[in-house]
Order: sequence, then C-alpha cells, then structure tokens
Amino acid sequence: MSTVGLQPGSADAALIARIRSGEQDAMAELYDRYSSLVYSVALRVLTDTGAAEDVLQEVFMQLWRHPASFDARRGSLGPWLAVIARHRAIDALRKRRPQTDLEDVVIAIESDLEGAAERARAAETVRASLRAMPAKQRAALEMAFFQGMTHTEIAAETGEPLGTIKTRIRTALEALRRALNAGSPRPRLASNT
Amino acid sequence: MTTHEQFADDLALYALGSLAGETAADLDAHLEECAACRQELARLQGDMALLALSASGPAPPQRARQRLLKAIGHEPRSPRAILVRRRWWTLAPVFASLVLAIFAILLWRENARYRDRIEALKSDAAQNQATLEEAKHLLVLLTDPSAKHVTLVAAQSKPQPAGKAIYMAGNGALVFMASNLAQLAPQKTYELWLVPMRGNRPLPAGMFKPDRDGNAMVMMPPMSPGVEASTFAVTIEPEGGSATPTMPMVLVGS
Repeated sequence: MSTVGLQPGSADAALIARIRSGEQDAMAELYDRYSSLVYSVALRVLTDTGAAEDVLQEVFMQLWRHPASFDARRGSLGPWLAVIARHRAIDALRKRRPQTDLEDVVIAIESDLEGAAERARAAETVRASLRAMPAKQRAALEMAFFQGMTHTEIAAETGEPLGTIKTRIRTALEALRRALNAGSPRPRLASNT
Repeated sequence: MTTHEQFADDLALYALGSLAGETAADLDAHLEECAACRQELARLQGDMALLALSASGPAPPQRARQRLLKAIGHEPRSPRAILVRRRWWTLAPVFASLVLAIFAILLWRENARYRDRIEALKSDAAQNQATLEEAKHLLVLLTDPSAKHVTLVAAQSKPQPAGKAIYMAGNGALVFMASNLAQLAPQKTYELWLVPMRGNRPLPAGMFKPDRDGNAMVMMPPMSPGVEASTFAVTIEPEGGSATPTMPMVLVGS
C-alpha cells in the first residue's frame, strides 16, 4: 500500500523541523496554515465557538510541546491534525480525559492534501459523496463521527439493530473512500508499508 | 494482504473510537498481530481525516491566534537549552544523593574506625585499671604501718642489719628496704647513697629513720634517670642530711 507522507522538501516538513528546534515563528506559520481546518472540525463537533477555540488551542499547544508526536512517516500533517482535532473535540463534548494517544494516530491517505486548494477540492468531494449517500447511512456516519456517539447509542437512538448500524457506518466510509480515490486529481505516493 | 472480514465492521468503529469493552480489547490483540488490519485501520483514519476536511467553516477569531502565540511565548522551547536545563535539574538531585551517599559511607567507615578505637581503648583502660589496682595493693602492703614486716635470717644466727635496694637506672626508680637497724641518736638520720658507675661522687638517695622494730623504707626518692649504679650504701648523718657521706658505712652492697 502506498500513502502520502511528508516529502522531505515539503513546506510542512520544513515547518515541523523548525518547530522541533523551538522556533515560535514556525508555529505561527503552521497555525496560519491549519487553524481553520482544526477550528472547523472542533466547531462542527462542539457547536460552540468558545469550546472550539479551547480545542484549537489544545491541539496546537500539544504540537508545540511534543512536536515529536507527529511522525511524517505515519501520514501528512493536515489530515493528522484534522483527526486529532476530531478526537479532542469529542473528548471535550463527552467531558472526558483524552482517549487517544497522539502517537497512535496513523493515517494512510491516498491524496496530497498539503495545499489549501487540494484540501478544498477533497472537502468538496467528501461533501458530494455524503450528499449522495442514503440518508440513514449519512446520519449514522455523522452521528458517529461528529457527535462521537457509539454504535450502541446510535442503535438506541434510531431504533435499528446494532449489526445494521455497524454495517451502515462501514459502508458509508467505503463509499467515501471510493469517491475520494476516483476524484483524486494527483496522487503523490510515498512508500509507507 | 487482505483485511480479516470478521473484523471489518469493528475496525471502522474502532477508528471512530466507538468500540468499547471486550470487543475493543479483542481487536487490540488482533491488531498487534495482523499487519493487514493495521493497514486497514490507517486507511480508515485517512477516511476520517477526509470526513473532517468536509467540516469547513469559518476561520477562528483573531484572538485565538494571539492566545496561542502568547501561550507559546510563555513556554519557550529551545530543545538544546531544555535538554541542558532538564539534565541539570534532573541530575542535580542524583548528584546530591550520590554525594550524600558517599559522605554517608565515609562517615560510617570513620564511625566504625572510632568504634574499634574506643573498644581498643576500653580494653587498654581495663588492663591499666587492673595493673593499677595491683600496684595500689602492693603499695599499700609496702607502706601501711599496720603491715607486719618479718626478716628471715639463717636459723640460730643473730639478726644483722640488712638492706635491699631495687633500682632501675632507665627511669631512676628506686625502692629501698632495711631491717634490724639500730636506733639512732637524736638529731641523726640514716642516709642512703647511690655510687654511680661513672664518677665516684656518691649521690644522696633519701633519708630515713627506722621504726621501733628497726625496719625502714625509702620509696621512689627523686633521682635523675639514666644513672647506672655500681654500689648502694647507708651512713648515719646529722638531721637534714649531708652533701657527702660521713664514714663509716652502716650498710653497703654492689
């Protein structure tokens, strides 16, 4: 399998290297590049601007304190930050201690999302794919992803059997991946086995 | 490599953090062993990242940027400086403990040495005490007026005046005991003389008067150490002693 990681000469790789050596300017640049993404994810989950700002602060402070927790071999920076933001926002929503270790987040993704334009294009593809899904499938995925509900909670809320919810979520994710792979304009593959 | 179909649904839930309890533990154990499922999990995380991207909304307010940069300013992080400072702080207690430990060992050893020394001194002191007790008894025996002094002579012979000098030249210690001495005329005294090996001038070695039984003793008169004696003699002198012996000698011995 091949995935996109940080290329040695990429802008993200250079920023991370500077952050590791303690450059505050590099952190500001990184913030300017990814704060909208992190904030949007947190706001979508928490639907509260103050709480979303707290998650935004937490995610970037964690990166500042532990830049080594991001490993370019495990995925590119934007998707990694988006997933971390989602996890931390769900933790905040559920008022619980962080459940996911940053080092455990390994991301395999077959698109180059380092540029804002690529990310915007991918976001549009995902939104189109979500719109194309059966309503129940999309609802199950969004409840699980943006509301952090367990499949048991979704089954209880929708009155559907557990197995159905499980399959629905998995099918929704597969549909998403198919749409992305089909629409991926410029797959830049870095070996990551 | 293909994903294990029985785990496919659970993997998606696992990536979402929606799996709990026993099922999650089972999957954890399977992921440890199965590279294909780990790869699928990474892909699912990728799907979730893309899903997150779809949540584009407004940019965060400017104050959030200022808040972050202020917080970073309060936590400056120069890896080298932190490394050095951390090492310093981390190692300082270690050094301190080490120094204390060494100090404690040295103290303990010195303490043990002193304890041994004290034991040795105690033992010496006990020995000295015993010797001292013995000497005291001896001294009491020799000097106590109530002690009975008997001079033994050959049977059926008339007791003669006799004296015995015990002398150590090294420290000048001298004890002299006499018996069967004739009583003195008033204003007279017996005087003991030491005749040195080198030079013939006799040195006064103490005056004494016998008791009613004719016994007398001179104990440790003030003598210069290191004078080898060739002869001891006793003369009768005027009260207060003389600078040179007055003949004749009452007792003499070499």
